[in-house]
Amino acid sequence: MESFDLNLLIRFLHVFSGILWIGLLYYFNFVQIPTMPKIPDDQKPAIGKHIAPAALFWFRWAAAFTVLFGLFSAWRQGFIVDAMMLGWGQGSLHTTWIGVGMWLGLIMAFNVWFVIWPNQKKALGIVDADADAKAKAGRTAMLFSRTNTLLSFPMLWGMLASKHLVGM
Amino acid sequence: MAIILTDLRYTVAAGVALTVILWFVVPMIAG
Repeated sequence: MESFDLNLLIRFLHVFSGILWIGLLYYFNFVQIPTMPKIPDDQKPAIGKHIAPAALFWFRWAAAFTVLFGLFSAWRQGFIVDAMMLGWGQGSLHTTWIGVGMWLGLIMAFNVWFVIWPNQKKALGIVDADADAKAKAGRTAMLFSRTNTLLSFPMLWGMLASKHLVGM
Repeated sequence: MAIILTDLRYTVAAGVALTVILWFVVPMIAG
């Protein structure tokens, strides 16, 4: 049996959390947001009051743990500083690619916690807001959710390219 | 610009385009 490798466990938890996070991001963008206008008004609370709050719980905590395990993994493997500096002057595609992925992931997690979640709390009525503020908050949350969907492609690419495009 | 974020098809296209751009930019940064 191979000796136990803590880096493998940390990476597993990082990828698992990432699947949960981005899976729910894609659920919001590819399923829930496009389907909402087609749902009869009397049925909308099923989404707004029950499904969306539950999905957002797993969504924001998965985002936090993805970043936590990811940064811990990079630190433990000794490339966190080089990667955050995009491998500048290192001549290493590995640190530049993983750095691009890490920065995009950090921007996305920031959007989740400091833009999407506060606005969703207003839009879903978890905190008090008048009708205008609710509508505005809902739109802001949607636009930042879309931004994260856009960024998820180069983010994932950076994560994988650090392993696969190096040495090409 | 707004259509990139309001129409999901454009969002996906923009994400792919950004990925392709990075494909060329990253080797330049890495030197």
